[in-house]
Amino acid sequence: MNTTDGVFRYDARAKATGRATYAADIKLTGMAHAVPVYTRFVRARGLRVEVEAAKAAPGVLAVLVAADVSGQVRYGQIEPDYPVLAQDLINFEGEVIALVVARTRAQALAAAALVVEEAEELPPLLDPESALAPAAPLLRLGKKDNIVNHGKMRRGDAEKALAGCELVLDERFSTQFIEHAYMEPEAAVAIPRPDGVMEIHGSMQHPFSTRRFVAAALGSLLAGVEVFNPPMGGGFGGKDDTAALVCARAALAARAVRRPVKLVYDREWSMRESYKRHPYKLHYRAGFGADGRFRAASIDMLCDSGAYTSVTPWVNWRSLVQCCGPYSVADVRTDVYAAATNNVFTGAMRGFGSPQVNFAVEQLMDMAAERLGLSPLEIRRINMLTQDGETITGQKLDGHVVSLGQVLDAIVRATDFERKFAASSRGAARDGTLYGIGLALSYRGASLGAEGADFCSSIVNCQADGSVILDAAIHENGQGAESVQMLVLAEELGIPLELIRRQRSSTSMIPDGGTTVATRGTIMGGGAVAVAARELKSLMARTLAPKLGVESDRVVFRSGRVGVEGGPGLSWEEAVAAMFAERIYPYAFGTFRAPKVSWDEETGQGDAYFTYVYSCQAAEVEVDAATGAVRLLAMTAAHDVGRAINRALTMGQAYGGMVQAAGMALFEDLAVKDGRVGNRNLDRYKIPRARDVPDLRCILVENADPSSPTGAKGIGEPAIELMAPAIANAVYNATGLRCRDLPIRIDPKELS
Amino acid sequence: MSGDDERFIMVNGIRRELTGAQAEGSLLEYLREELDLTGAKNGCGVGACGACTVLVDGQARRACITKMSSALGKEIVTIEGLEGPGGELHPLQQAFIESGAIQCGFCTPGMIMSSLALLGKEKRPSRERIRQAISGNLCRCTGYQQIVDAVELAARRMYPEA
Ligand code: FES
Ligand code: FES
Repeated sequence: MNTTDGVFRYDARAKATGRATYAADIKLTGMAHAVPVYTRFVRARGLRVEVEAAKAAPGVLAVLVAADVSGQVRYGQIEPDYPVLAQDLINFEGEVIALVVARTRAQALAAAALVVEEAEELPPLLDPESALAPAAPLLRLGKKDNIVNHGKMRRGDAEKALAGCELVLDERFSTQFIEHAYMEPEAAVAIPRPDGVMEIHGSMQHPFSTRRFVAAALGSLLAGVEVFNPPMGGGFGGKDDTAALVCARAALAARAVRRPVKLVYDREWSMRESYKRHPYKLHYRAGFGADGRFRAASIDMLCDSGAYTSVTPWVNWRSLVQCCGPYSVADVRTDVYAAATNNVFTGAMRGFGSPQVNFAVEQLMDMAAERLGLSPLEIRRINMLTQDGETITGQKLDGHVVSLGQVLDAIVRATDFERKFAASSRGAARDGTLYGIGLALSYRGASLGAEGADFCSSIVNCQADGSVILDAAIHENGQGAESVQMLVLAEELGIPLELIRRQRSSTSMIPDGGTTVATRGTIMGGGAVAVAARELKSLMARTLAPKLGVESDRVVFRSGRVGVEGGPGLSWEEAVAAMFAERIYPYAFGTFRAPKVSWDEETGQGDAYFTYVYSCQAAEVEVDAATGAVRLLAMTAAHDVGRAINRALTMGQAYGGMVQAAGMALFEDLAVKDGRVGNRNLDRYKIPRARDVPDLRCILVENADPSSPTGAKGIGEPAIELMAPAIANAVYNATGLRCRDLPIRIDPKELS
Repeated sequence: MSGDDERFIMVNGIRRELTGAQAEGSLLEYLREELDLTGAKNGCGVGACGACTVLVDGQARRACITKMSSALGKEIVTIEGLEGPGGELHPLQQAFIESGAIQCGFCTPGMIMSSLALLGKEKRPSRERIRQAISGNLCRCTGYQQIVDAVELAARRMYPEA
């Protein structure tokens, strides 16, 4: 290990020295540069793009419009609706009407200003309510309404149950558009290879999804596109559709000019065009018994899908599964709608539909507790799912340790919650400030669940000297997935990390393992490596058992040795050499197939996910009584990650998630107005800075998960789904003011 | 107006003569495009993210909004200038690696350069001071916790007596 204290990241050195080569850092001989030209409209039709002047400008090699797209103009992960270059219709201000390719970027930018756009401007639909109104113009090509998705849950009889409840809270909440704000804007280099394959090096988080977008635009076979993934400067769910189209545009340009083309996005373009976190409007009627039991819920949610579908139905689906938090509720009626508008489109972002519902549910729990004379801890303990309990989707949690009590207790102990809760100001300022603590609890389905086919592969390829080349079809998003895979392999084979090299393969070298989303990197990628390693061990044990003179099931792989404990054995290197001598490759291909899940679209019932991560987070805040400014004093997290394979990086995920969520709670607002993104750069879109956040704490609870080959579950998204409601609860306990809308803004006039 | 004899800058200890065209534009473009020093990143282009931070005469500067004309004759240090001749890491680089302060790594070069400027002035900055010093450097991955840890660790190693 090149590290101490169990921190392992094989790519850290390259990143610390500036040697890591991101997509925008690539330079090739003869490389041309492309830039996009944006529409000036928000909604229009009859688009005509005049490119002659741009084509005649110095250095320009080509100017492409939709008519030049040889394959499909529109493509998408669910609906083929997102155009690589705008065709006839303008649906949002991020539409790219032309692509200018020139010898230098400066020449391309200069020529881009010469492209002329004409179209018939139309009044835009700017919010989901008006999009669903009966007379609304239809925005979706070939569809009879603007409903992008309608998800439902029908469990028992919510109305009847509500009528019998002691307390019914009727509350509305709203959340905002959130920008991923990965530090690296999108970038791609496309190389038209002599063998006819289009080679892509891009900043994107799913090479296989990118390959589908590129192949669709080119009209090529999947095998005719080979996508490589250089280090990626952050994604958080945000580098799929748009990032893939950036790659597709580079490919179209490269094909047109027959040389490598680089397309690097400015931050302004990225923020204008890339999809965001869905803003939600949530209406909850939540019923409680006098005993504090959460008995029934009737829920309506409406979210803005913007101009295109992206993965909105899947995001909604998670909102549905987690719409009552980690509590058992007997009667639930939920309808979630997503509407098409002419706003920037919305798609995957870390959390994926749960931060929005948690913001509502975890405040409702505190509200109900207060009304019923219970503490925030009591009401959660009364209602939280326990071992073998049944979720609101009717799933029995009997396959793993249900640890909500453990994570809650961990937070209570670590923060001294009860004392601090009692000491919270509740509107009574001392020395001009108000203090409050708040917490939130969640369960989160790991991996894709009933959203999709969930399997992933890995290749373990031993070399003659005992070194090992490892590959797995889970993409490195910057979180350290590859390093985790290496640790898993080292542990399985009982060999030192120094012998392992993680090969970063292209889409042509390993089968599609699905995207690194949904907290599935560790469980699926690490799981696939464990399965492949076990295949290899079984092959080696079978092959070498006669030579060792033992039964193959007694052969173990430990401490660089292959053999029987205290008996005959070979060094790892000897064992590998012996395999080659037998003319059997010490090579294995392993697939981890996630256990089966199920779903009924009509009732919203089923075994939604094969396992769940249990989490609790707390925030402490100080509110300035004069200004209403909220300062974060402490943030603490406890997560049952199954098993932490790489402790420091697991903690790092938790810290990063907490701070992103704090951004959602207090700082970030995309200010989308009249269909235009109000703040298109990081000087005006404020993400948390180092001085905005306090020291953070993370407690890892480890109940190894039997359904995971490594015992590990995951941390990426659980980390981000709780801090906004924890902060809202803390702000309430400080000020006595309930914040139902994000970002949280306290009007000092209300504090008197 | 700078005379022809001032048409140079020092980059990581190497004197670079500049053509007229090179003396225009931003320092970041010059470093990345002319010298292929791509450690400094472009995260925003408007001075908001710090991914492009380099040292100019010992001060942390955002290269994207530093005009070449204002850098003439000056001493520039980029992340590439921190490694020793045999590939030895600077204590800050080592501390970032060991503290788990690196995730996607896009902010890392800028973070290290801002921290280097701080540690050039202060031997034992408090966590609060470190947070202030790197507040012009945005990181979306780490929540800053392990970055602050790393700078503290590097300070202890660089100035054991302080
Ligand atoms: S790129 Fe210079 S501050 Fe962002
Ligand atoms: S490590 Fe990704 S932005 Fe800092």
